Amino acid sequence: MNAGLSEYLVLSGLLFALGFFGVLLRKNTLVIYMCLELMLVASTLALVAFSRFNGALDGHIFVFFILTVAAAEVAVGLAIIVALFRKRQTVQVDELNSLKS
Amino acid sequence: MPHVLFYFFAFFTVITAVGVIVNKNAVNAALCLLLSLVGVAGLFALLDAYLLAALLVLVYAGAVVALFLFIVMLLDVQGGVRKPFKPMTAIASAIGLALLLTGLATLVNRTQFAAVAVPTAVGQAPVGAVLKRYAEMLFTTYLLPVQVVGFLLLISMLGVIVLSRKHPVEEETK
Repeated sequence: MNAGLSEYLVLSGLLFALGFFGVLLRKNTLVIYMCLELMLVASTLALVAFSRFNGALDGHIFVFFILTVAAAEVAVGLAIIVALFRKRQTVQVDELNSLKS
Repeated sequence: MPHVLFYFFAFFTVITAVGVIVNKNAVNAALCLLLSLVGVAGLFALLDAYLLAALLVLVYAGAVVALFLFIVMLLDVQGGVRKPFKPMTAIASAIGLALLLTGLATLVNRTQFAAVAVPTAVGQAPVGAVLKRYAEMLFTTYLLPVQVVGFLLLISMLGVIVLSRKHPVEEETK
């Protein structure tokens, strides 16, 4: 007997909430990015759990695509962070306030 | 036995996720993220998604976290001696966390997810454990998304190349 669907969903929601908390809390752009990845992985966990308990494979395929898009997103995002660091010499969000007049 | 494994992986994942958030050092946060992803891969294996577990470890733990560690190493992003967060931000984000958790609790209370049982056909492998089904779905129903995602990878590669090269115009103005 395995754990039920609700356990997996609670865990997924908890991970998502923790990632959200980290995004709001932290000032370092890189750590914020890591927390975003955590939120993505939490959503994939929910997809896989639903897929398993419904006996359909579509959730798994979606997780495939999410993994691919996440990899592309990380590459582009980190390139942007490196470009930002080159220009401003910092990645702390409270110092990136050029839009403030 | 799977029950014990589920709770083990669940606690492991949640504790290391907390580690990602509270660690002052970005390298430690990245390593905590790695452990958390390994925990999620274990949960995928418990859900009979063996291929996805392997892919998660390969793509996320292998590529993404390594990329993060490289960037942390290349840039000095520790932020000096300043505190990682202000108390006001902590209060605001705690309220956000509480709101999300309340929504989660409501969702779990109102729906009968417990009534959903695993559809187990006798003598048949669970869905997700057979590689052939993945191939069939990917190359029939989801053929167009596969090509779109391939194009997305190409575009992102070009984007990274463009972003990471130094602009000659900027050099002149300096």
